[in-house]
Amino acid sequence: MANNRAGRAPARRLNWNDPDVRSVVYQVVALALVGLIGWFLVSNTLHNLSVRNIASGFGFLERESGFAIGESPITFGPENTYGRAVLVGVLNTLRVAVVGIVLATIIGTIIGIARLSKNWLVNKLATVYVEVVRNVPLLLQLFFWYAIITETLPGPRQALNPIPGVFISNRGVKIPTPTDHFAFDLAGIGFLLGIVLAVLVSRWAKKRQDATGQSFPVYRAGIALILGLPILGWLIGGAPLELNVPKLQGFNHVGGATLTPEFAALLAGLVIYTAGFIAEVVRSGIQAVSHGQTEAAAALGLRRNQILRLVVLPQALRIIIPPMTSQYLNLTKNSSLAVAIGYPDIVSIANTTLNQTGQAIEGILIIMAVYLTISISISIFMNWYNKHIALVER
Amino acid sequence: MASVTESLPPPRSTTGPIAWVRERLFSSPLNTVLTILAVWLILMTVPPFIEWALIGANFTAATSQECRAASGACWAFIAEKHRLMLFGLYPFNEQWRPALAAVILVALIVLTCMPRFWNKTLLPIWVVGIIAVGVLMWGGVLGLQYVENTNWGGLPLTLILATVGIAFAFPFGLLLALGRRSRMPAIKTLCIMYIELIRGVPLISMLFMASVMLPLFLPEGFTIDKLLRAQIAIIMFAAAYIAEVVRGGLQAIPKGQYEGADSLGLSYWQKMGFIILPQALKVVIPPMVSLFIAVFKDTSLVVIIGIYDLMQSTKVALTDPLWRGFSIEAYVFVSAIYFIFCYSMSKYSRALEDRLATGHKR
Amino acid sequence: MTAPIIEMQQVNKWYGEFHVLRNINLNVARGERIVVCGPSGSGKSTMIRCINRLEEHQQGRIVVDGTELTNDLKNIEAIRREVGMVFQHFNLFPHLTVLENLTLGPIWVLRKPKAEAEATAMKYLERVRIPEQAKKYPGQLSGGQQQRVAIARSLCMNPKIMLFDEPTSALDPEMVKEVLDVMIQLAEEGGMTMLCVTHEMGFAKAVAHRVIFMDRGEIVEQNKPEEFFSNPQNERTRLFLSQILH
Repeated sequence: MANNRAGRAPARRLNWNDPDVRSVVYQVVALALVGLIGWFLVSNTLHNLSVRNIASGFGFLERESGFAIGESPITFGPENTYGRAVLVGVLNTLRVAVVGIVLATIIGTIIGIARLSKNWLVNKLATVYVEVVRNVPLLLQLFFWYAIITETLPGPRQALNPIPGVFISNRGVKIPTPTDHFAFDLAGIGFLLGIVLAVLVSRWAKKRQDATGQSFPVYRAGIALILGLPILGWLIGGAPLELNVPKLQGFNHVGGATLTPEFAALLAGLVIYTAGFIAEVVRSGIQAVSHGQTEAAAALGLRRNQILRLVVLPQALRIIIPPMTSQYLNLTKNSSLAVAIGYPDIVSIANTTLNQTGQAIEGILIIMAVYLTISISISIFMNWYNKHIALVER
Repeated sequence: MASVTESLPPPRSTTGPIAWVRERLFSSPLNTVLTILAVWLILMTVPPFIEWALIGANFTAATSQECRAASGACWAFIAEKHRLMLFGLYPFNEQWRPALAAVILVALIVLTCMPRFWNKTLLPIWVVGIIAVGVLMWGGVLGLQYVENTNWGGLPLTLILATVGIAFAFPFGLLLALGRRSRMPAIKTLCIMYIELIRGVPLISMLFMASVMLPLFLPEGFTIDKLLRAQIAIIMFAAAYIAEVVRGGLQAIPKGQYEGADSLGLSYWQKMGFIILPQALKVVIPPMVSLFIAVFKDTSLVVIIGIYDLMQSTKVALTDPLWRGFSIEAYVFVSAIYFIFCYSMSKYSRALEDRLATGHKR
Repeated sequence: MTAPIIEMQQVNKWYGEFHVLRNINLNVARGERIVVCGPSGSGKSTMIRCINRLEEHQQGRIVVDGTELTNDLKNIEAIRREVGMVFQHFNLFPHLTVLENLTLGPIWVLRKPKAEAEATAMKYLERVRIPEQAKKYPGQLSGGQQQRVAIARSLCMNPKIMLFDEPTSALDPEMVKEVLDVMIQLAEEGGMTMLCVTHEMGFAKAVAHRVIFMDRGEIVEQNKPEEFFSNPQNERTRLFLSQILH
């Protein structure tokens, strides 16, 4: 057989012992099985649907919905279509997910660092927090927060008033909002300007350091700009103190903005739960940076904050970002528990829709499509990030 | 200079309780501030909680009015309702059966976690255990009264959903993991699609899918009962996550092991069965325990499709018009149950991890 | 007589209850090269790590180039600028290139402009004979190359004292020589005070002014290399030498 190498390969007989033949056969069998099962399920489904007189397809999205939604960032009433209802659901899910991710990251990072503290009390308190939160189901925690808000808080007439203008009752949290006065617009411009200037200042400071070796307090300057310019803008506009302050009218407060009990409970539950997991991710990321790195940096004479910023954090972040992103994904998926406490997220709205129209399959497909889109986008970002940031090795 | 200088004890200011307090709590101005804040936080939350839970609490009231009069928690509510919460709608006199079933399931889990039992006897033990649980719960044989599974509930149901779920999901997940690493493109693609699809959606959508779509998938006339639907959803969900955990274990086995097995002329299944999987599964036990804890917590979601697990039976107990408004007591009670289970499992898993790691160190 | 550059007087250290350094008295003269040897657990690494405050001593005095080592951060920073350290496991920063590893200290601690720091870095990279690796990452270099980069990194800070904590113990045998050659070359250029914890007795014989033997936390014997190896005075020294010189 070896003599044939120079010429054509010898003709192959279909031989069961040939691994390639076996591989093809297995794959054909597997695909055929999956295909058969799929055909079986689909034909049953079509039959069952026609027996129950349910149409298939997404045409129902253009019908009038006939139900109201508790809270929504865009206007919605019973005369709007199911399609618009689904949109409201997606927006509500994104709303709670984005705010939740931001808050959970902040709180989780603080608790993660607290777990590494040398202070015994702080360390133990953080540990208790993490252990309790991770070992009790999220659904239970959501019910707990919802119960606290709806059962133990007083009614609107006796609402708690911790800061002037803020009212906390079992109907939610009401906060004052800025009026349309142009001073607040100036403050907004000041904020954006502050961010831009902070970035420019940090670039200029780096150039200067490269050239002369002198350092510049970039962080302090940045904070001064981001906080100071909006205040300046507001002062220039005449320093008005008018806000839309909620006022008690009849049985409830009017004016200002509201955080409903459902949103507040869902947010509190999701943030506190996810922060516990993020704390562990942050802690193990920082611990994974070997102690020798800190020692070598200290031996060079770097100060504690320089060691953290230049040596430890860059390495820790590489380890932290992948599991952190996975926690963000979990938070988004967990927001689906909203249906249990009545917050109108996509699952809750799709559920109502499929109950009303009987279009079960389409409803479930919508839910899965929404979450899959979010998961896949995050996965793609993660893969890109991992490739981009990986430590270069042999 | 021939003998060793005597070893002296360290100076008093650096060891002992005073040094510990100084070092751990007050070593710098920032630390001192943090300690004060922490102590303030503890004082603000712990004494009121103890006041509510123990001192002002009522343990023995007979009616809810009497209990409400207490300034603290009403534990009499728990005393009154605990059978409902723990066992759901199971007939009152037969509740020793689900209790025994729960004990058997816990024993199965504990045995599986002990390295001493990681051998061929594990599979028969599981089979016998699950059959025993089935016999106890359903009855109808051995003189036991038949109890329909719509009446099962509470803690034993939570344990059944989680344990049976993982038990059946495990071989499924194992096959998915092997398929994902396969070189046959069709099989690899099918497995990847399944795993990524399931991992990308929340468990709730799987439960909805199971409860709403499964009846449509079956030929007319076939019904599938609600509990089974939920169990199938949990099995499918857990299998995808188990697949990823096992895949991590397979990747951790050095290539040399695969090559050694191949060079001995072992077939694929022999290689996997005798060499690779036994090693991979050992590595994988701690993340599997975490997964089990997660599934155990996630069974609480079946409340959404109306199955009477521990969460749902608690919610039902709270709707009794004679005993309204004690949700906090109920949730604290249930949280304690979940916490005890999950915390013990995770602590054990960490101890196991340490023990296994030392076995690998050279 | 000029003052010693390092003075350790009655230094004692405990790890919890364990007495790890016992009554260490050591004076190191400017430009002197000392090799510290001893069995594992004898406290030799701990002793040199006390000099740049990577470990804290509980009793006694340590004075480095006229500055006493206390809890005062300013003193510690001043001392660390004068003392360079090379670690057993290199401890290069994996997320920075070789050049960036070398310029980190000069830019952030010595406040040098970037161009000047890079010029110094390239000079020392040539001294350790790997200038072509400047843009590579530590993960792409062999162990011997990484340790040479670590030596260059410390030299870029222009220290007066160089501490070596078992610099070749983690290297494969064929790479030990390249690192020792760099260290010998550094010694022969003269002027640098060097304290080296090592088992490489050939290095000791080649360049050391003094060899110190430590056992169970105390300095048992110290002598010039010729005397130390041919005529060990102490029983424990003899035992140790018989174990490592075979």
